Amino acid sequence: MDNRHAALGLNDDALVAMYEKMLLTRLLDERAWVLNRLGKVHFLVSAQGHEACQVGAAWALRPGVDWLLPYYRDLGVILTIGMTPRDYLLALLAKAEDPNSGGRQMPSHWSYPPLNIFTGSSPVGTQVPHAAGIAYGAKLRGDDIVVYVSFGEGTASQGDVHEGMNFAAVHKLPVIFLCQNNRYAISVPQQKQMAVENVADRAAGYGFPGVVVDGMDPLAVYAAMQEAVERARRGEGPTLIEAKVYRLTPHSSDDDDRTYRPREEVEEWKRRDGVARFKEYLMGVGVWTEEADQELRRRLLAEIDAAVEYAQAAADPEPSDLLRHVYAE
Amino acid sequence: MADITYREALRQALREEMLRDERVFLLGEDIGAYGGSYAVTKGLLEEFGEKRVKDTPISETAIIGAAVGAAMDGLRPVAEIMTINFTLVAIDQVINNAAKIHYMFGGQFRCPLVIRTVGGGRRLAATHSQNLEVLFAHIPGLKVVAPATPYDAKGLLKAAIRDDDPVVFIEHSLLYSTRGPVPDEDYVVPIGVSDIKRRGRDVTIVAYSRMTREALIAAEELAKQGIEAEVVDLRTLRPLDMGPVLDSVARTNRAVVVGEDWRSFGIGAEVAARIQEEAFDELDAPVLRVSQLEVPTPYAANLEKLAFPGSRQIVEACQQVLNIQVGAPVAAG
Ligand SMILES: Cc1ncc(C[n+]2csc(CCOP(=O)(O)OP(=O)(O)O)c2C)c(N)n1
Ligand SMILES: [Mg+2]
Repeated sequence: MDNRHAALGLNDDALVAMYEKMLLTRLLDERAWVLNRLGKVHFLVSAQGHEACQVGAAWALRPGVDWLLPYYRDLGVILTIGMTPRDYLLALLAKAEDPNSGGRQMPSHWSYPPLNIFTGSSPVGTQVPHAAGIAYGAKLRGDDIVVYVSFGEGTASQGDVHEGMNFAAVHKLPVIFLCQNNRYAISVPQQKQMAVENVADRAAGYGFPGVVVDGMDPLAVYAAMQEAVERARRGEGPTLIEAKVYRLTPHSSDDDDRTYRPREEVEEWKRRDGVARFKEYLMGVGVWTEEADQELRRRLLAEIDAAVEYAQAAADPEPSDLLRHVYAE
Repeated sequence: MADITYREALRQALREEMLRDERVFLLGEDIGAYGGSYAVTKGLLEEFGEKRVKDTPISETAIIGAAVGAAMDGLRPVAEIMTINFTLVAIDQVINNAAKIHYMFGGQFRCPLVIRTVGGGRRLAATHSQNLEVLFAHIPGLKVVAPATPYDAKGLLKAAIRDDDPVVFIEHSLLYSTRGPVPDEDYVVPIGVSDIKRRGRDVTIVAYSRMTREALIAAEELAKQGIEAEVVDLRTLRPLDMGPVLDSVARTNRAVVVGEDWRSFGIGAEVAARIQEEAFDELDAPVLRVSQLEVPTPYAANLEKLAFPGSRQIVEACQQVLNIQVGAPVAAG
């Protein structure tokens, strides 16, 4: 197998570390579904099928320096940047210690100031203009940062996305728009959402580059991100990256995808699963073994077990805090 | 007469109106093969085809804006907006367009569209479970409907589709599976007519949508204490039919207004103001309001429960208006 990572400046350790984040994302997500089916978790949206894209993208960002406005599916992004399974589970179970919101906001609406993670509300796409605003602020201050903002292909049909992109283009702002195209917006397939093949084709209309990458391949996404980051830091403005992925689970724990996706289609994409493919790559270039994989799984599952135990035992929000945080204190 | 769910009643209304009038068509997110997020449009794509049941991109402005255009063009669009929270990204099309087109052009264009949407989420947090009916009820040119029972849901949706003005039709996420009797034959419930859902001589409870059910539960509880509450269901918020409310207050002399919205500037504020303007002499106590606490809806179940009103708060407010006299200080309930 050809070594594709060295040319991207990734050594073998980095490669293994990327794989570790991908596997952690998958195993944690699987555990969240178990907790949901046990009735312990009320609601969840899943990252399965998007891990390669998310870890590859976040790998190109500097934790605590660059800004992130991830969307609800971005579990792999926030774990790569430095949030922990415990942080995720505390939010999922709406505990007082939840670092995102103290149990106030829905799970997967990430928010963690120490790592410059900021996101907004449930109406989709509203974070895109925020990204432009954060980047504008950085430009005014002369800060050397980039802003990552992500969304699904369905969300690209929102006015906010268009306006945010145009704003960033006009002011040549250091924003990287990552569209995670999993071909469906809940039940609505891509051909009913847009008349073009690629969301990235629209970048031409704003006046910045749009690139399409295989989102099941973390190295391809990382490579595209690196280029976009460099362009942004040179002051040349935004890039739109469209990563083609596939959601391997229903849209959310409230959804039944059997009504709109043929099982064969889902099975076909499972065979192209990014996590399994990346493991094969690691083994192919001789940095990974089946034994190492089993060992890593054991370690990650133990970490997840401990996080679940901690989060379940953690306290609920205090009723006396009910009216706090509506205004600045 | 069959006992059916609120969801089924709405589906029947859509289906019967689509059969009756071929100008009626549906558009919205996930309404086709998926049958809608709350499964109201299930089976309609199969029966009426893609021309009349349109899955749209996630573009609320285009959904409502296109419905406005189609309505001006003589069609009868019924737009589904997945939840009331998502109408906000398209609010200009509702307030500056749908509501005003008939007036601004001197009556030359009609805008007969229905925006079906869903209020009252649970465990979906601040931007996913709001009760924003008052935003629409504030606007001249809109009609706003918020039914509580399957009977009213079906009859009012039919009336809304036949109406020549824009109607915001607000369903409630927690009512879809509730059941009630619905006649087999065609009927409409006129827009702008309140309805007495329970007779009682001691106190008037004014409510709408899901809070009507909570008011009826509260009334049963009060009956055990020897208090007979009358429950008036507004059904339509705009135009507001105060007749049954004022009649009731003339008999009970006390009123509690219940909404799941926030208290300040809410539906309760309007109803209470109208009662004191039009029936001041009938009142033996100040009108009290029961509503959501003034906080965005929290996600955590324990906090959420504290934020929303229910039958317990209604019982307490009724006890309070029965124990106070005009002139005595009132602690807000
Ligand atoms: C403005 C708005 N309209 C509708 C919804 C309901 N909704 C939540 S997620 C979703 C689908 C989003 O699809 P996409 O952007 O492709 O992201 P994916 O979930 O597929 O990753 C919809 C319609 C919403 N949250 N906000
Ligand atoms: Mg999608």
